[in-house]
Amino acid sequence: MSLDRRRMLRSAGALGALLVAGLLKPLAALAAWNKDAFTAKTVDGALKGLGVAGSEPNGGLTLDAPQIAENGAVVPIEISSSIPGTTSIAVVIEKNPFPLASKFDFMEGALPFVRLNVKMGETSHVRVIATAGGKSYTASKEVKVTIGGCGG
Amino acid sequence: MPGPMKMRATLAAGYTDVRVLMSHPMETGQRKGPDGKPVPMHFIQNVTVKVNGKTVIEGQTSQAVSRNPVFAFRLKGGQKGDKIEISWRDNEGESNSTEAAVA
Repeated sequence: MSLDRRRMLRSAGALGALLVAGLLKPLAALAAWNKDAFTAKTVDGALKGLGVAGSEPNGGLTLDAPQIAENGAVVPIEISSSIPGTTSIAVVIEKNPFPLASKFDFMEGALPFVRLNVKMGETSHVRVIATAGGKSYTASKEVKVTIGGCGG
Repeated sequence: MPGPMKMRATLAAGYTDVRVLMSHPMETGQRKGPDGKPVPMHFIQNVTVKVNGKTVIEGQTSQAVSRNPVFAFRLKGGQKGDKIEISWRDNEGESNSTEAAVA
């Protein structure tokens, strides 16, 4: 791990220099942002914005998150789905001011897996919702937060 | 000026492991600055992953993603030399992208 990290940092340094020099042009066109879902202040509102009517628990959807997060500003979570035909995974942090944290759409060529760090304002259930074949599946886990990550 | 990105793509058993780090403040709009005024929201909204020019993952993110976001993705199969490109765009229209070959 440490060797990989060193190599990654080294090559990233060179890349950073290229970026600073403006040699790499960022992409202009990207997908839209689901404003309704992301600005919803309730879990129900976020799910409605995503078009999720109801979801059932499924053992094929796994959520890996710490039981206790000392720092709510960086809570590592990992989601993977073995449900056939999974096309999207959304992350909802139930007690955050805006519960929806992210949504990923997976196309042909990608595995339904993502790992990311999220902020949590307080102890809350983290819920993930996967969509496969027009149906929604859910898994959730409570993460206890000792220092919140949303205020100042 | 968006900060640099770092990306690494390596072959694993049956999939390609892609890790990316983006330099971004990811301001929630709830934090107060030294002057006591709230710091305006500033966060990445879109993340796109492409393999050899074809989009495979489209992510949408909120201000609840941690500062200097780190993501890990997995791509089906893959081989050495496949070109992976990851780009982001934030709520202020800033964007950045990086690419790397699978090692």
